[in-house]
Amino acid sequence: MAAYALRRLIQFIPTIVGVTLILFLLLNVLPGNAALMAGGAQDTNVDATYIELMKKEWGLDQPLHTRYLDYMSRLLVGDLGKSFLRREPVAGLLASRIWPTLKLAVVAMGIAVCLGVPLGFYSALRQGSWADTGSMVGAVSGVSLPQFWLGLLLMFLFAVKLPILPPQGYGDGAARNIILPGVTLGVGYMALLARTTRAAVVEILNTDYIRTAQAKGLPAAVVNRKHVLRNALILVMTTAGLQFGGLMGHTVIVEKLFSWPGVGSLLVDSIFQRDIPVTQGCIMFLILVFLLVNLAVDLLYAVIDPRIEYR
Amino acid sequence: MKRLLAAIVVIALLAVPALGQAQTPRPGGTLNFMAPYGGDLLGLDPHKCTRIQEFLVLMNIYRSLYRWDPDKSMPALDLATQVDVSADGLTYTYHLRKNVKFHNGRLMNADDIIYSYNRIADPNLKSPSVRFVRMIKGAGDVIDGKAQTISGLKKVDDFTLQMTLADPVDPSFSLREPGTAIVPKEAVEGKEDAFNTSAPVGCGPFKFMRWVKGSEIILEKFPDFFMAGRPLLDKVVYRIASEASARDMAFRAKDLDATIVEGAQYEAYKNDPVISKNLIEVAEMFTRGVAFNMDFEPFKKKEVRQAINYAVDRELIIKKLLKDKAFLATSWLPTSSAAFDKTSKPYPYDPKKAKELMVKAGYPNGFAIDQAIGTGNASWGVVVYEAMLPFLKEIGITLKIQQMEGAAMVERLKNGEFQTFIWSMGSGPDILGTLKRFSAENTRAGGNYFNYKNPEFDKLLNQAAAERDPAKKLDLFKKANNLLFDDPPLWFFNYNKAVMGKQPWVHGLKPVAIEMMFQDMTEVWVDDSSPRAKQK
Repeated sequence: MAAYALRRLIQFIPTIVGVTLILFLLLNVLPGNAALMAGGAQDTNVDATYIELMKKEWGLDQPLHTRYLDYMSRLLVGDLGKSFLRREPVAGLLASRIWPTLKLAVVAMGIAVCLGVPLGFYSALRQGSWADTGSMVGAVSGVSLPQFWLGLLLMFLFAVKLPILPPQGYGDGAARNIILPGVTLGVGYMALLARTTRAAVVEILNTDYIRTAQAKGLPAAVVNRKHVLRNALILVMTTAGLQFGGLMGHTVIVEKLFSWPGVGSLLVDSIFQRDIPVTQGCIMFLILVFLLVNLAVDLLYAVIDPRIEYR
Repeated sequence: MKRLLAAIVVIALLAVPALGQAQTPRPGGTLNFMAPYGGDLLGLDPHKCTRIQEFLVLMNIYRSLYRWDPDKSMPALDLATQVDVSADGLTYTYHLRKNVKFHNGRLMNADDIIYSYNRIADPNLKSPSVRFVRMIKGAGDVIDGKAQTISGLKKVDDFTLQMTLADPVDPSFSLREPGTAIVPKEAVEGKEDAFNTSAPVGCGPFKFMRWVKGSEIILEKFPDFFMAGRPLLDKVVYRIASEASARDMAFRAKDLDATIVEGAQYEAYKNDPVISKNLIEVAEMFTRGVAFNMDFEPFKKKEVRQAINYAVDRELIIKKLLKDKAFLATSWLPTSSAAFDKTSKPYPYDPKKAKELMVKAGYPNGFAIDQAIGTGNASWGVVVYEAMLPFLKEIGITLKIQQMEGAAMVERLKNGEFQTFIWSMGSGPDILGTLKRFSAENTRAGGNYFNYKNPEFDKLLNQAAAERDPAKKLDLFKKANNLLFDDPPLWFFNYNKAVMGKQPWVHGLKPVAIEMMFQDMTEVWVDDSSPRAKQK
């Protein structure tokens, strides 16, 4: 298994190189640049000499390939560069934002797993009943709700009408601040997970080995726990794992809406400000998380299902 | 007797609410304010910042030599009590306040001002505020790396500073900029990074407490501020809140004590019985309009540009599209500018006159504008083009509209790659500065995106710059502005109507014409009815 993990880790390298290349090209062909943004382009007349000075300082006057090679050589030694506009190292900026995003993602995922999986399981066992139909209608709506709208709705209900929760902000990191953004982010995933679980369980319930188990007189509870749940978990875990990897990058809207100090809001700000090093750093981080979570999910298969073995 | 008693009771009852209204400023409490423009703050070092988003916070941590007086709509001395100007208008002698303390406890003196201006001019710092100290004699040499210190700054004694200028310009407009704040050397040297991110030291009414990056920044009262008994608030929280709808929720939840109001909320707020009584409005110094590229053949004719100004019913667009959240633009300079000609009238909606002018210009059948660019902004973006289309069709002008994002558009403007663009441009407070945008000497990169050239205008502007008499100077500015009206570089649309909504318990917020969000928190206070009246 260790050998397999190592092999997978090595496979990350071409993926990352490819991503950096595409990202670098995209960001650099975008019109506009940070110097103009920093020069306060919109406010008043801009000091042209200042803009030239900054372009030079940031190496924006160099040809594209020189800049790319320079960026890659620094990346190799783990240097993400320095933010154009914040005049701070990107690594430090990113580090201060990881914890809030991680917290948000974990809370959202917790809501999704703790509610979505039992809901899907319950629906599958009572196929066709009103409870099944009801919860699946709910799930479809949950998947289709725009986060932005849901977030505002929750704010309106729990901060304006029933003022029991803060409408936005990180506060001092207190639990009450995370409830609204966590739920907003979690609902869609919960719905998706409920549907996946239901589909998996329904499929398993129709297999021969379940019929055998039921025929030999095993109590329903034992069948469900030992045979259905365990088999369904593989599929559910894949979905949940992939979701979690993506979740870190999907916090953007929720973070902006709730003034949440995470990687997502840093990423959006940096794109609008054309702060290329920060954008690159954020995306790099999100991709790494995605790859690592996928690897972790693959490795976990072996733990849950003894038939799967990595060589 | 009974009657007398009844009268006393009535008078007493009437007096109670009256007493309640005439409240005296009350110290204490926390104000939850916001930083609404474009994401997190980039830093706390005033000499490295450029955006309103940073300065609206920093202006309460730091102080500059001058400040903006929102009541008079002019700059006023802040760190000095008096200034003597020499007859030639080149030497300014400042008598500094003797009780200004930095947040580290040290008294501010003339050396700090000299240090700060030298730091801004230092080419190694690459300060975007360089343009504000350039008018000091010898600053150019420092900026170009030819000298170490600005020769025009001299310390007479600890509290007297002599400043010599290269040209006789009014330095108050530049030296009130939050980017020219006075900083103490010992808090900066060798600690540049900490100064910018975690340990800023100024001499303003509030000192830095905490910055939760991407979420909020908290300032606390500086008890040794130079104005006795001020500031009144214990704490000011700036929430990073760029989403208007989320801000609206937070304001309605009474979690924000004030909010900047955008078009989408304005109508609802105006109809709300409580909020409508607590709106602050001002004509901000931003002029919005459709700018003409003077290199585009039809725009070389003055009549064409005038015709467009006559052809469109801007009042209708402001009313229907902008829901009245704008003031009709009369000329380039806004109504809040000291050089605004109060007798001037906007172009009327006169389609007949517009047609005549088009014929006179040699375009009886109109022409096509293929590159009409703009952003997605709801009040000065491409939607306005769409509203103009039917009016322009009347004089045969068609538009090919192209929407783009701000940063991308600036690039196009600087290269002159457009025929028209619609935008919001700064038109104050520095009158000379904003009119210079249209000077033939100015380049596209420097803000003359239009490539506007009018020798008569340039002559007036040069005369105004050289004029020493303030009244005559203003008169020349008025003439120059009227010339821009007659030979228009743009279709004048509106001046921004900035609106701030506040909770009933907040007092002392002002209509600030340079930028509504530039709220000096020194005099702001909250009464007992605030949920945060006792919060430390």
